[in-house]
Amino acid sequence: MELDVTDTDFYRTPIISQASDPENAARLQRLWETPPGLRGQLTTVDHKTIGIRYLVTAFAFLLLGGLEALMMRLQLAHANQHVLTPEQYNQMFTMHGITMIFLYALPVLSGFSNYLWPLLLGSRDMAFPRLNALSYWVFLFSGLFIYASFLAGDGPNSGWFNYVPYSSLSYNPGQGIDFYALGMILLGISTTVGSINFVVTLFRSRAPGMSLNRLPILVWGTLTASVGNLLAVPAVSLAFLMLWMDRRVGTHFFDDGGGGNPLLWQHLFWMFGHPWVYAIVLPAMGIISDGLPTFCRRPLVGYTPVALSTVATMFIGFGVWVHHMFATGLPPMSLSFFSAASFVIVIPSAVAVFAWIATIWMGRPVFKVPFLFFASFVLLFVIGGVSGFMTAAVPLDWQLTDTYFVVAHLHYVLLGINVFPVIGGIYFWFPKITGRLMDERLGRWNFWTMFIGFNLAFFPMHISGLLGMPRRIYTYSNGYGWDTLNFVTTIGAFLFAIGVLLFVANVALSLRRGEKSGPNPWDASTLEWAVASPPPPYNFAVIPTVASRHPLWESHLSEEGSDSSVLDRGPLLAQGRETMGVTVLDGEPDVILKMPPDSFAPLVMAVLLTALCYSALIHSGWLCALSTVGILGCLLIWLWPTALVQSVKCQTMDVHYD
Amino acid sequence: MTNGPLFQKQLPVGAIGRRASGWWGMLMLIATEAALFSYLLFSYFYLASQAKTTWLPIAMPSLRLALPNTIILLASSLVLWWGERAMRRGLLIRQLLAIGLALVLGMVFIVVQFLEWHLKTFSMTDNAYGSLYFTITGFHMLHVLGGILMLGVLFIWAALDYFNAERHTPISIGVVYWHFVDAVWLAVFSSFYLYPYLR
Repeated sequence: MELDVTDTDFYRTPIISQASDPENAARLQRLWETPPGLRGQLTTVDHKTIGIRYLVTAFAFLLLGGLEALMMRLQLAHANQHVLTPEQYNQMFTMHGITMIFLYALPVLSGFSNYLWPLLLGSRDMAFPRLNALSYWVFLFSGLFIYASFLAGDGPNSGWFNYVPYSSLSYNPGQGIDFYALGMILLGISTTVGSINFVVTLFRSRAPGMSLNRLPILVWGTLTASVGNLLAVPAVSLAFLMLWMDRRVGTHFFDDGGGGNPLLWQHLFWMFGHPWVYAIVLPAMGIISDGLPTFCRRPLVGYTPVALSTVATMFIGFGVWVHHMFATGLPPMSLSFFSAASFVIVIPSAVAVFAWIATIWMGRPVFKVPFLFFASFVLLFVIGGVSGFMTAAVPLDWQLTDTYFVVAHLHYVLLGINVFPVIGGIYFWFPKITGRLMDERLGRWNFWTMFIGFNLAFFPMHISGLLGMPRRIYTYSNGYGWDTLNFVTTIGAFLFAIGVLLFVANVALSLRRGEKSGPNPWDASTLEWAVASPPPPYNFAVIPTVASRHPLWESHLSEEGSDSSVLDRGPLLAQGRETMGVTVLDGEPDVILKMPPDSFAPLVMAVLLTALCYSALIHSGWLCALSTVGILGCLLIWLWPTALVQSVKCQTMDVHYD
Repeated sequence: MTNGPLFQKQLPVGAIGRRASGWWGMLMLIATEAALFSYLLFSYFYLASQAKTTWLPIAMPSLRLALPNTIILLASSLVLWWGERAMRRGLLIRQLLAIGLALVLGMVFIVVQFLEWHLKTFSMTDNAYGSLYFTITGFHMLHVLGGILMLGVLFIWAALDYFNAERHTPISIGVVYWHFVDAVWLAVFSSFYLYPYLR
């Protein structure tokens, strides 16, 4: 394409065009399409591809973590079993926790958000597409890195929160803890760049008119989680670095003899850990807040309170970490403060719960499979919330800490608020992603098996905990009254696993034989349902203009005199990969953003970062120096300014700064 | 209803000033890095508060090198601020001069800091104070090194005439990072060199 170099290359009034024009579609397709083949696979920066990869990878980790759980349940089905040795059992529960909490729970939500954000916001990609690819590759490699400890014959074995001194060198001389520590630093990089991307995307690349009070709640949830991650993840990355240094360099951060303190580990870990708990549930709650109303045929009751309570939960979430440490002998003043804060956090959660119940109550529910998952979530969240509220009381916590009661609580919260919305979310958005609906009949079997299996597995744990069964024991003797409860739990766990398999089967079948869905099978209200299923690489043929929270429901919702959204006509932006940049609060057109092409840089960078961590594992100065130089070189190529207009040499350069 | 009127004004194309995504990205990076240093300093104050015996392995930290070095680092920030102001008026030579001078000041800071490390009578593996001192100042030093590399690249890009009065976002991004690294040093300096005198 020949271009005259004039001021119009640096300033332009966008051309307004029709969305239906096939010529526009063909031109955008050429610009945004990733070529098929291996090269395209490795270089793509399309947020939809990356989102799907996140979902699939996280789900694979969920299955792995599930297998580990089943092995534990076999071991605990009866008293005095010998399925696993004590050491194997330790590695199983540690890897189960690491896998579920770090490699499944947040990445799966990043998958949803990566896939959905630009579609929900009316944009063509995330603010930093290459950073997006980097965050995926680093996540994948960090997971493989931690799992490689099994190949080295030495999995981490100190529990996912990895307390010192048990994880220090004198008690744990193997390499398992090092794999875990360095892998977590690597994963921290992935989470951090991913979070930066979400926050800046929200600030910059939305459709005109998508002001803050019109954002879908899923966007509020992921935004809050991302800000929380930016402030919380450094704590855990630092803690793991210090632990590795204590183990392999000889520092004394956590070692009492050298002036350090083992409790420092617990503080740093939980300063991260508690905000993280909200990071892995708030976006899932957002899935509910956006999905549930679709099946209740009305907008969410209390949009503003729910959005504000999302933010408030994270804010208070930074002030409750000590409730994980009630039994460590801290002063009563500190216990009272953190206990009170933990009670207070119930309030924003309750606001959301009542909003969901009111939405079902005041709506006309359609009992499709996603609705079943979304509605059951509300119930499970209440049960998990109440047991959390109970352990927020210091005296009760002293009784219950480190028993199966806590295990029951955290599984009600994490499966209830994460897994159930995630599976429901897949049923909901599967037609958007693939163009085909999932099977309803199989879906109902899937739901009821999971729901019954889940409650059968985890409800009895409350009781075994109240009867005093400690967590993390590899076996127990007859006669404590734990036998029946444990057997029921094991049955429930396997039933739940069958439910998960039914889900996998449904995905596999529906991919091939599912009913064609069309763009909007649920008659939902948000922007992603305005485009084809699956969406084209450029998402929107013209940038839409948004005038309400429910652009697709305006015909029967809008009040007289209010503006309506314009989806069929708008700025074309097709001189290269381009999308609209808007002002932060009001969403007014501000700048035409140039988007980067596909690139090998993210993959190369991820490999080099992994090599750097590996060099720390094997204490190789050479590999460390080499990968550092490589990282710097890769950064330089990545950030090198590209000319806005190719024909002008040594003129003003433009930068894709990501 | 049409969306015509919304799009009648001209919009800048590409990265320009604070409208660039990269500018916002850098602010987010600074936020998370600020959190990192907060946790480092939290560890320092926490272990100091929990210490059972003597906390400082030395009498008192000496300000003889650290104070002048602090002033050198602050001066480099001032110089960069002056340079970026010049860039906004299109004065490239002054901008180049500013980046060059800040580079030199940054390197002097590093050299003096190494000297300071060399003069310490304790090491990283002696006790928790030593671990914290070398880890935290080391972390900061890595950030200064990163800043120096960044300034070096910006110098080359500016010399290649990539920027003008209106479009010089990478310079703004590099400069705000450098200011941040200086602000971090003030926190590190106050914690390690001034706080013991107040205890």
